[in-house]
Amino acid sequence: MESPDQDNTTPVVLEGRDLWKSFDQGRIEVLRGASVKVRRGEIVALWGASGSGKSTLLHLLSGLDVADKGTVSVLGQNPQFEEARLALRRRHVGFVFQLHNLIPDLTLEENLQIPCIASGTAGSQIRSRILQLSDAVGLSHRLRHRIQDLSGGERQRTAICRALMHEPQILFADEPTGSLDEKTAETVFELLFKLAKNEGMTVVIATHERRFMEACSRVVRVTNGQTLSS
Amino acid sequence: MPAFLSLILLNLRRHKIRAAISVTGVAFGVAAMLMIVSIVLGAISMFEGILAEESHFVVFEKNVSDLFFSSVSMEQIETIRGLVQVDRVDPMLVGIVSSADHPIITCFGVEADNPRLQKAQWLQGDRSEYGREPDVVYLGERSAQFLKTKRGERISIGKAEFTVGGVIRTQNGFEDGGVFMPLSLAQRYFHREGLVSVASVKLKNAQMSEAFKHSVETASGALVALKNEDFNRSYSQFRILNFTSWAVGVCSLLLGGMGVANTMLMSIFSRIREMAILRVCGFSRGQIVGLVFGEAGILAAIGSVVGLGMGFAGLAVMNRVPQLQGYVHAQVRPDVILAILLTACVTALLGALYPAHFASRIQPAEALRFE
Ligand SMILES: Nc1ncnc2c1ncn2[C@@H]1O[C@H](COP(=O)(O)OP(=O)(O)OP(=O)(O)O)[C@@H](O)[C@H]1O
Ligand SMILES: [Mg+2]
Repeated sequence: MESPDQDNTTPVVLEGRDLWKSFDQGRIEVLRGASVKVRRGEIVALWGASGSGKSTLLHLLSGLDVADKGTVSVLGQNPQFEEARLALRRRHVGFVFQLHNLIPDLTLEENLQIPCIASGTAGSQIRSRILQLSDAVGLSHRLRHRIQDLSGGERQRTAICRALMHEPQILFADEPTGSLDEKTAETVFELLFKLAKNEGMTVVIATHERRFMEACSRVVRVTNGQTLSS
Repeated sequence: MPAFLSLILLNLRRHKIRAAISVTGVAFGVAAMLMIVSIVLGAISMFEGILAEESHFVVFEKNVSDLFFSSVSMEQIETIRGLVQVDRVDPMLVGIVSSADHPIITCFGVEADNPRLQKAQWLQGDRSEYGREPDVVYLGERSAQFLKTKRGERISIGKAEFTVGGVIRTQNGFEDGGVFMPLSLAQRYFHREGLVSVASVKLKNAQMSEAFKHSVETASGALVALKNEDFNRSYSQFRILNFTSWAVGVCSLLLGGMGVANTMLMSIFSRIREMAILRVCGFSRGQIVGLVFGEAGILAAIGSVVGLGMGFAGLAVMNRVPQLQGYVHAQVRPDVILAILLTACVTALLGALYPAHFASRIQPAEALRFE
């Protein structure tokens, strides 16, 4: 499989350099000089054992958290600052987590409106985007159902839709199928890849499941607080 | 915006009982404040009415804490009557007596030509008889009711017995619940011969105020002359009453505000993860703060409306209670309502301050680790 990484003309959209991160006042050292470079259109897996620091690295790269040391650049922005983070979240990056993190007593459609409430996007645009995405994940008939009435796989598919509502350029996914059974996980994963390719998105996925890694363009191993790119 | 509003309402709908309790807290505060302040203002304005009847000034003894303790001698009254600016002077001796079932009855010792007797509606008896016979008193309509008596009957008030000479209806709840007696009778009865409590003074011309005030205070260093409006503002009893009623009202509203604070805190602590998700979805700190203040604001708004309703209902009920009739003459002023609503808003917002601060500081990465 040809990796766009080889193609040095494709622009770098995401880069973390020499990232250090510890918790509990330095008692828990998680990252010690991890570096990642991602080019546009790549689907990169952060792969490593449980507790190796995949989530932590993902949080730093996406601006959910700030590194103790090292620099991050997301689409040329430095997510160290709140305004930059906010602008990125509203326009350019999307998130999917292991838990769906939807609001259970809102309907599927209302959950998909949340990012648009944040950014103040107009109603008519939202409606067609909701139809398009829910159709793509096979849930257009469940728009008026509450999240609490949906199955685990349906919830995760809804979460993917929510992450894509504002057509982000980069999608960050942290064990997006970790809470699903094997078969459901497979369908959700396929869906995620299909959508990412259709929309030309760059994807960074933290996972410890080998079976999904073949589909990725590149694997970055996280171990001992550092990164090894394959 | 409507979507934002629905997010605010969502949380109130989730915890209906909790929301209802804080609404009730605010409502009780608003109702209490409305009732207390209105009743006190009503009482004050009734009392002002007693003194201000057709007059420009009240004259009384300097440095007394309460008009009941003020003494102005009849010679001083005559001196005032002699001043060039003065049109008429109505002296009044006020005293408090009790009867068997009624610990407090206000007695007004006034002369026969006192304007309030002229203006009153004479339900029984005739004004021309006032002061002609010894030991005859005249009752306000309310006091005739609660003393269960009528013209021609004997009643005992305090240690003495009197004949009821007539019953009058005035514009004023205090007067209606009081006893009128000729000034000389009142002076004898209260052992204050030659003295009155206050004098209401009408000038020939309102422009002469300064000159009049000066003349009175030079004629007798023991007296003060205050314009009615100045008197109302400076009379310490009014000030204390007014202040107390507002203080009690504000305290009860603060309690309501603490209810809102508590609700908001619970609401945020139980939604840390949800707030984190909203942040991940692009909500700014300001928008999160907006959610919290919006929620508190809605609680306060509903509480205020309910509270005003309860307050008005309470006042209406008090107006009907026979034992209180006449004395409770609540005065609901628009500026008071405005002040109450403002207090309710401010306390609710103060209550939301810490919860909003807390919510705005939720860190997505950390909050998402909590299950
Ligand atoms: N906020 C925090 N406070 C304290 N320790 C933390 C915090 N965040 C992460 N850690 C610790 O850092 C280490 C790495 O955590 P991280 O969640 O990044 O691992 P992971 O590779 O994503 O694991 P998994 O595959 O189980 O999700 C863990 O030992 C974790 O306990
Ligand atoms: Mg993880």
